[in-house]
Order: sequence, then C-alpha cells, then structure tokens
Amino acid sequence: MVNMEHPAMAAKVLPADRQEIIVKDLNLWFGKKHILKGISISIIPNNITAVIGPSGCGKSTFLRCFNRMNDLIEETKIKGSIIIDGIDIYSDKIDVYSLRTKVGMVFQKPNPFPKSIYENVAFGLPIKGITNKNAIMEKVEKSLKDAWLWDEVKDRLNASAFELSGGQQQRLCIARALATDSEILLFDEPTSALDPQATNKIEKLLIELKQFVTIVIVTHNIAQAARISDYTAFLYLGELIECGATDKLCTVPKDKRTEEYLTGKFG
Amino acid sequence: MNNRNLKQYIGITATRVITIISILFLITFLVFIFSKGWKVISFSFLFESPREGMTKGGIFPAIIGTLYLTMLSITFAFPIGVLCAVYLSEYAKPKWLINIIRMAINTLAGVPSIVFGLFGLAVFVGMFKFGVSVLSGALTLGVLILPIIINASEEAIKTVPNDFREAAYSLGATKRQTIMKVVLPTAMPSILTGAIISVGRAAGETAPILFTAATFYTRKLPQSLSDEVMALPYHIYALMTEGTHPDAQIPIAYGTAIVLLLLVLSINAVAIIVRYRIRRQRKW
Amino acid sequence: MYNKTNIIKEKLFHFIALFSALCAIIFLSGIIISLFKEGYLIFKEVGVFHFLFGKSWYPSQDPSEFGILSLLIGSIVVTVLALIISIPLGISSAIYIAELAKPKEKEILKPFIELLASIPSVIYGLFGVVFLAPIMMKLFNLSIGLNAFTASIILGLMVVPIISSISEDAISSVPKSLREAAFALGANKWETIIRVVLPAAKSGIISSIILGFGRAIGETMVVLMVAGNAACIPKSIFNPVRPMTSAIAAEMGEAAVGSSHYNALFGIAIVLFVITFISNIITEQVRKRIRTK
Repeated sequence: MVNMEHPAMAAKVLPADRQEIIVKDLNLWFGKKHILKGISISIIPNNITAVIGPSGCGKSTFLRCFNRMNDLIEETKIKGSIIIDGIDIYSDKIDVYSLRTKVGMVFQKPNPFPKSIYENVAFGLPIKGITNKNAIMEKVEKSLKDAWLWDEVKDRLNASAFELSGGQQQRLCIARALATDSEILLFDEPTSALDPQATNKIEKLLIELKQFVTIVIVTHNIAQAARISDYTAFLYLGELIECGATDKLCTVPKDKRTEEYLTGKFG
Repeated sequence: MNNRNLKQYIGITATRVITIISILFLITFLVFIFSKGWKVISFSFLFESPREGMTKGGIFPAIIGTLYLTMLSITFAFPIGVLCAVYLSEYAKPKWLINIIRMAINTLAGVPSIVFGLFGLAVFVGMFKFGVSVLSGALTLGVLILPIIINASEEAIKTVPNDFREAAYSLGATKRQTIMKVVLPTAMPSILTGAIISVGRAAGETAPILFTAATFYTRKLPQSLSDEVMALPYHIYALMTEGTHPDAQIPIAYGTAIVLLLLVLSINAVAIIVRYRIRRQRKW
Repeated sequence: MYNKTNIIKEKLFHFIALFSALCAIIFLSGIIISLFKEGYLIFKEVGVFHFLFGKSWYPSQDPSEFGILSLLIGSIVVTVLALIISIPLGISSAIYIAELAKPKEKEILKPFIELLASIPSVIYGLFGVVFLAPIMMKLFNLSIGLNAFTASIILGLMVVPIISSISEDAISSVPKSLREAAFALGANKWETIIRVVLPAAKSGIISSIILGFGRAIGETMVVLMVAGNAACIPKSIFNPVRPMTSAIAAEMGEAAVGSSHYNALFGIAIVLFVITFISNIITEQVRKRIRTK
C-alpha cells in the first residue's frame, strides 16, 4: 500500500538489515506489585507488532520498557533484558538518553509542546548534537514529509502546534519522533483520542512507515491490530499468553484466554 | 413569605449590604487619597529633587530609589525562587528535606516585615558590613519576596502537564533539558505573573527598609550599591512623622502616596490581566 | 548525548537547584540566629518572665525597665479589634462574591479585592492619620484621634481583602455536587450556603482568618502611624497604644547597637516571630486536615 500523494516516499531507500529486538525473561515491579511476569518475545524489524490485551494487563508498561520510560517512575525494578542492535538496553553501560533518541515514542493523547510546529519537530535535534540551522531545517522538512504533514503545514511552520487538529497533532508527534532518526517507534494507543477519519490516516501512515522503522503499537482495538499489524502479542495479567503472525493469532488462537479476549468475553 | 424564605431574604440582604459597606469603605479610601494628592502631581513633582527641607520640590530621588530597590531585589530573588520551585516540584527528593524546605518557606512567608528589617540590619548592614545601603535594603526585600516567587513558580510548574515532560524524555532529553526547554518555558508566563506581584509587594514595603536602606533626605541619586536611598513608602512615613513643617509636608505625602499607589496598582493590574489572559489562552 | 560535559552540566544544574532550595532554610535560619544572637542577652539580663510580663517599658531611662506587657497588650488589643471588624466583612463579601454575585459582578469584584490586598500599608497609615483620626475625634469626642480603636479600623480594613479573597477561594472550591445534593433535599439557597457550603469550606475560611491574624499582628506601618505610640497599658480602646512592631520601628533608630535597648528590641522581634510561627503551624495543621478529609 503506497501513498501516491506523498512523493518523498518513492525515493525511500530501505535501511540495511536490522537485527531482531529480543526481549528475554522481562520482569517488572512497581514497588511490590509484579506487573510484567517473565515476558520473552522477538520483535521483527521493519514490521508492525501489535500488543493487545485487556486494560491493566501491563501492555503500556511493557511498551515503555523499550525506551526505558519506566525508569522515570519511582520504585520500579526491572529484571531481564531487551536486546536492541545486539546490545542489552538494561546493561549498565547503556546511555538512556541516546537510547531514547533511537527509540521514539508516540503517546495516547497527542502531546505537542506549546511551541511552534517547527520547534516541535526540531526539539530532539540539538539534544542529539545537531545544531546547524540548515541541517535542522532539512530534517524538519523531511520528517514532516514522512509523517504526511508537510503539505498541510509548510506555509505556517511558525504557527503554534495547538492550532492543528487532533489528527494533525498526532502526526506532528510522529514527525517529532522521526526527526531524531528513530529506528524503532513505540505507539501507545495513538488513535484512541482521534476520530475515525484521523485514525484511518494514522493507520495508513504506520503501514507506510514500517519501510524504514520498526513499529510496536499498543492498542485496545483488536480490529486495528488486525488491520495494520504483521505480528500480534496478547498480554494478560502481566503475562505474554500468545504471540505470532496477526492473521493466525486472530483467526486460530492457540490459547483459550486469547480466544475469549478476541471474542469479547473480557476486556 | 414563610419563615424559611424570610430567613433567606434577611441573610442574603445582610450579606449584600455588608459587602457593599466594605467595598464602599475601600472606595472611600481610594477616592480620598486620589482627590487629595491629584493636585500635587506635576511634571516637576515627579522629576525634581526635594528642596527647602522637604517642604518644596519633588520626589524624583524617592522614585529612583524605589526603582533601584525593587529591581535589585527581584534580580536577586527571582533566580533563587524559580530554581527552588524547580527543585521542589521536579527533583522532590529526599522527602524529608522537601518537607523541611516547605516548612521554611511557609514560615518565611508569615514572618512580619519588621522582623525582616531587623534581620537585614543584623546580617546585611552589620555582619556583612554593607551598611545602610541600596544593597542591604534590596537583599532584605529579596528575602521577603522569596516565598511569593517560590509559591507562584511552584504553582505554575505544577500546571505543566506531565505529557510534556514525557514527550521530552521520550525524545532523549535529560532532566535538565526537559526543565529548561519544556517545563520552564511553558510555566514562564505564570511564573512572571508571580514575579510581577512580588515586585509590587517589594515596592510598597516600608518596615524592611527602615533600618537597612532608607534615608529621609538626600539630594543626590544613588551612585553605587552602598549609598543610602530615598524610597517612596518611607518618604510618605517620614513626611508624616519627621521634619518641622507638617502643613507643607502633608500635601507632598499625598502626592507621594498617589505615585506609590499608581505604581503598585498598575503593577498588580498588569499581573491580573496577564494571568487572566494565560487562563483563557491555555489549550492544554 | 552521553558525554562528560553533559553529565557535569546535569549534576551542576541539580546542585544549583538544590542550593536554591536550601536558601529558604538558610534565610530562615539566618533570621532565627540573628534574632536570638542579638536578643537573648535581654532575656539573660531581665529574665524571660519579667521581659514578657513586666509592666514598665522605660528603655532609655536610668535605671531602664524592659517589660513589654504594655506593648504585648497593645498588639493584642489592636489585632483582636481589627479581626472583629474584618472577619464579618471579609467572610460576607467572600460569600457574596462566590455564591450570590452575578458573573459580571464577580468578574469586577474579584480582581478589585485582589488589587486592594496589594495596597502598601503605609498608604493605609496615611489615610488613618489624615482622614480617620479627625473623624474619630469628633465622633467620640476624644482629645486624641490616634488610638487603638482608630488603628484597628484601618488594620481591619487592610485585612478584609486578605480574608475575603482566601475565603472566596475556599468557598468556590466546594464541589457543585454538594450544593446540588442540598438543593435536591429541598434546601433553599441561603440554607445551602449556611448548612452545606460554609461547613465544607470551614478549613479554608479558618486559615484565611489565621492568615489575617498574622498579617495584623505583624503589621508595622499602620500601627506606627495611627495607634498613638504610648507605651502604657490601655484603659480603654480609645487610649493610644504602642504595639510591638511599632516599638521596634520607632525605637531602633535611637538604640545604640549592642545596648540593652537594642537587645530588647530584638527580644520583641523574637516574641513576634514566635507568635507568627505558632499561627503558621496552626494554619498548616488546618490545611493538613483539609487534605486528609
């Protein structure tokens, strides 16, 4: 599915082969509460992996393990490892901040900064050490094009990000995350605050984006997972119950709990 | 009308009447000061030095003195106050220390202004040997307005949604970068409102500068930080209580009062308008 | 970017913020230490009890007397009278603004009250001397217009905006559901205000009163200019008094640094500090009770 209204995409060069992201026996506690219980899974690069499960199953927490956002919550304890590009991101040597420039995140509610559109997209660049004005402008333009927002905002880059509609704001957040050359994008229910039209556009965008980034998306919407994802993981009460190719998992689930969830028995 | 409705009628009427009375009181006060002082105000009153033992001339040195004192005190208190608020709300550890700091701030906020004056006298004038000077007075006022700035800044920082912090962190920003690039810029309009209010407070305080900075009469403007200064609030007090020609001094006091009142009211009006605007424009 | 300069920047920023936060403690300790350093000598010289309850204050006579009872009573009389005036006015206007005023009225009254709270006290003092004192003289047929009562009226006037604006916040933050519940039970507006809204806002109103108390007892310029400045125990509210704050302000200029008089004035400041400190703690406790509710 190639979006024709978007010329930049045609010239896109596929990145060199990336290694799988390997999650090994991941356990997480908030205080004494055991939230994630021994999760092991491989995330295939340049694919969309959906994480589904009932509310409170720990899927958002799981997602936040990939960019170590859980570090920000006090009394978090993590055991196990997540290996990205051959390096365990929970080893002592890793720099969390450059990890986060590599693993971008888009949140449930669009959360642009109260700054201009341009400043929003450019935010992560000085942090990465890019200070040349022309280089920043180039990046901003490219990221906005990649997020299908350029045509809508190119004449008002200095306007406040809050002037945009919800869907545009969310695409702005995607552009912001892309600008730092993210290899992996994490989406935490990115369309739950959007109307169906905006949702549709974001979904198409994600499918397009997987050409050059690896995507992990948490969603409470099974249909959405089915529409866009290549692989699906089902989380229940902090445990990974089942994972596999989306079409298989959605049609012939192996576990009874997965089946019950898919048929709406709980959640 | 039954008993309950009668009670309601009486109660509401009484409340309304009492409110009107207190408003009238306060309006009388404002009208009185303005009607008395208006005649005194002129260009020369604002831009000339006092003459003939305070019975003639203007209050220019007092205006400049107050400007110096307030600007210097805010320059001193603003960075400390904002960073203190940053520590309380963003670092917030360890808990016991935060509790002690909060208690210290609350206590400081309640200390009578004359006690700040004595503190300034003992510490800045005496111990640090700054003497009775702009510097001593401004530092004393700075300590006095510090709690106002801290509280306003903390309130402002609290209204910054956590979403913004998370977005910054997710882009690889460190804590300092998140604070400097996202939290403070977002909170800045409200922080500035608090700072403006505290400038108004510093401009109007008399007791803290009684023994630390103020002098009744000087023809020259302050040349350095170690000079004594005239100041508007102290000038009003001095005109009423010192000197030998009360009849000639009291009109000058009215004029000075108007200048001070206009200064403080406009400072606060600006703050109120800014705050109102912020509330209306805020979109998150 | 993960490199040495950034780690240093990060730590430096943390340290500067921490230091700024510690400034609050440093300044408070500075106040306490400087007060006690200069003031404790007088307690040693005349004894705490005699200092607090001695009836005569003759600081510059020989032999001098340092009993602050008359000053203490002066402060208390003026403060209590001021509160008697300002509490009903402040709370009534708070109720009016929060519950009864039309939105338009509210939009004008609220900032107006806030503006009044910011007027420098020396201007209130000026008003007291030249406007109210002559009126009081005529009205009560007094020989002197500058007395405890005149000072309390001005002080009360000054405290009204403080009590009013804080109480108004407290009343406005009572949840709507409580009012609706009262209306649903058939209560009329006034009954709802008296029986539901005010009790719910009680803690906020109480802390506004304590704050007003702290402001009144610590106020210097108004009492210095209007209270008449006589350091003796008043026989009626129409006598001139010298509250503690005005004693410090009026006498510090003539007290030689290091003299007993100088120390005694710092001693008074200690008393003032302790009183406001205690009232602060009470406010804190009241606020805590709101939070735990």
